[in-house]
Amino acid sequence: MSVLVNKNSKVIVQGFTGSEGTFHATQMIEYGTNVVGGVTPGKGGTTHLDKPVFNTVAQAVKEAGANVSIVFVPPAFAADAIMEAAEAGIALVVAITEGIPVKDMIMVKEYLRDKGTRLIGPNCPGIITAGECKVGIMPGFVFKPGKIGIVSKSGTLTYEAADQVVKAGMGISTAIGIGGDPIIGTTTKEAVELFMNDPGTEGIVMIGEIGGSLEAEAARWIKMNPRKPVVGFIAGQTAPPGRRMGHAGAIVGGADDTAAAKMKIMRECGILVCESPAVIGSTMAEALKSVKVN
Amino acid sequence: MNIHEYQGKSILKSFGVAIQEGIVAESPELAVKAAKELQQLTGTQWWVVKAQIHAGGRGKGGGVKLAKSLDEVKEKATDIIGMQLVTPQTGAQGKKVHKVLIAQDVYYPGASPTKEFYMSVLLNRQTGKNIIMYSTEGGMDIEAVAEKTPERIFKEEIDPKVGLQSFQSRKIAFNLGLSGEAFKQMIRFVTSLYKAYDSIDASLFEINPVLKTSDDKILAVDAKVNFDDNGLFRHPDYAALRDKSEEDPTEVEASEHDLNYVKLDGNVGCMVNGAGLAMATMDIIKLAGGEPANFLDVGGTANAARVEQAFRIILKDKNVKAILVNIFGGIVRCDRVAQGIVDAYNNIGAIPVPIIVRLQGTNAVEAKKIIDASGLKVSSAILLKEAADLVNEVLSK
Repeated sequence: MSVLVNKNSKVIVQGFTGSEGTFHATQMIEYGTNVVGGVTPGKGGTTHLDKPVFNTVAQAVKEAGANVSIVFVPPAFAADAIMEAAEAGIALVVAITEGIPVKDMIMVKEYLRDKGTRLIGPNCPGIITAGECKVGIMPGFVFKPGKIGIVSKSGTLTYEAADQVVKAGMGISTAIGIGGDPIIGTTTKEAVELFMNDPGTEGIVMIGEIGGSLEAEAARWIKMNPRKPVVGFIAGQTAPPGRRMGHAGAIVGGADDTAAAKMKIMRECGILVCESPAVIGSTMAEALKSVKVN
Repeated sequence: MNIHEYQGKSILKSFGVAIQEGIVAESPELAVKAAKELQQLTGTQWWVVKAQIHAGGRGKGGGVKLAKSLDEVKEKATDIIGMQLVTPQTGAQGKKVHKVLIAQDVYYPGASPTKEFYMSVLLNRQTGKNIIMYSTEGGMDIEAVAEKTPERIFKEEIDPKVGLQSFQSRKIAFNLGLSGEAFKQMIRFVTSLYKAYDSIDASLFEINPVLKTSDDKILAVDAKVNFDDNGLFRHPDYAALRDKSEEDPTEVEASEHDLNYVKLDGNVGCMVNGAGLAMATMDIIKLAGGEPANFLDVGGTANAARVEQAFRIILKDKNVKAILVNIFGGIVRCDRVAQGIVDAYNNIGAIPVPIIVRLQGTNAVEAKKIIDASGLKVSSAILLKEAADLVNEVLSK
């Protein structure tokens, strides 16, 4: 079991024939993802990587039965691409693109409100269900199948966490990189909720960073629904206020969005908070042991 | 991106927002000329000399002075231009003032008392919508107001489908206790302010204070205008307002090489791929007994040229006593990164501080062999825990 994507997902790539799209589509196909084609307006009717290219997402849905899309379209056109996918009825859109203006994302968020589409990202590594389906840019070999779900704002820190989980003798059900922008589609809390409801996930790793209130929101939900152990880490304990740390959303604005404040709320809500990012895997292993003893 | 007060006010004015008028000057002589010109334009009898730096709290540091004559304009401008202005936001070393804004006096006496308000426009990240935040308590630190009298801060959320509506502007003017001409002026102020925010891809407007003058005008007396960097490609005119002299020169150089670098005050430099892992690496340094000297994200392609540039930038900071390189190789192969590090090391020659390299992911074992066989003063690790221990070991020597 897993969340959101599995071996039956039919994936299309928006921005298929561009260099990023081509490179990562190749990697996804190698991993075993069922890529059913791609969309590049104007190149419909041709083939690329032995898969059909469509002019519109609607065509890809109609002709190839696509239900998941991954977006590699450049920032100026990415909002349009996400909305096109939603309009065509795609259930899950994963936006990898970095640098989409906030103003565009305000419109996207509004547009998606009454559509049945879930957005992951933007500015994220994507989502992977270990051994089945990779819709993203993460190194697939790190994610060995198992029963730990990961939700994270950061790319390489997700790989780090997955690697530690695997080295500590466990594996990954699904890992979701939700992205580090100020406006994102799927929140930490929503991802945690999906994992809590997934019979194939026994423990959850939740990785956040300074800025915003997503982790506090997730923590409060976990306190009300403490069904599986949750291990947490917040990056940026040493980040000074007012300085943006790479991600547009990673900036301390007030007293509530510092790492210390978030870690405090998470602890109060029963999350096993790691001070050091080096102990994420071992903390999860301990937590699962004590669950089994009980 | 941040810009100066005078630039922000000029943008606001172009959208119809009433502002405290002023003219920017780079020398005491030009300040006097600006003051005369401003008198002809506005009839002002007094002037305010305001230091133009990218930091708030300028008044507290002596960067804002009232001048009651042209002689005083010259005197105050002489004092302020060239000074190292220290405010609560600049850090102890302060910022050098290159320009002053000669602004009209807007606190003149008249029929009714003057009143200061606070107003900002920003994104509410929780709802994904813009809000106008405002308060009857203007001219002071808004965080202090939020702490002591939170009931005096109001928020108005803007529906992205329809934008700011008239009833919302009226609500703001009523909540600020205005009536008559000042009420009308405030509605116009709020409407044009939000139009400006929405049009220019801003990420923050903070107008503190918004002033009701003694003759019931509503003016922006200060203007903090920040842009969403991701939206700047749509506004080349505004992108050109970037003042690199206000930024850390090393950070400017790093950005020219597409390295995301933020200088900090610590003693251990770091070079990492990915923003989240970079912050986590800073945290590791702290837990190992050091202080991070920087944030540095080399991005997805950590090739030899970028690694070399990153080393050069970190080494400009003389406080750096050790460097931790932390790369999680995914699609990038660690052995290539390791070779890049060895090449960079040899190219730079005689790096005076110990380097700890932690390479994990694709071909990590081969990478460690390359580092260990290089004969360089570099310690290598594969696990994050080992890297932390090595940092601790280096610092305790």
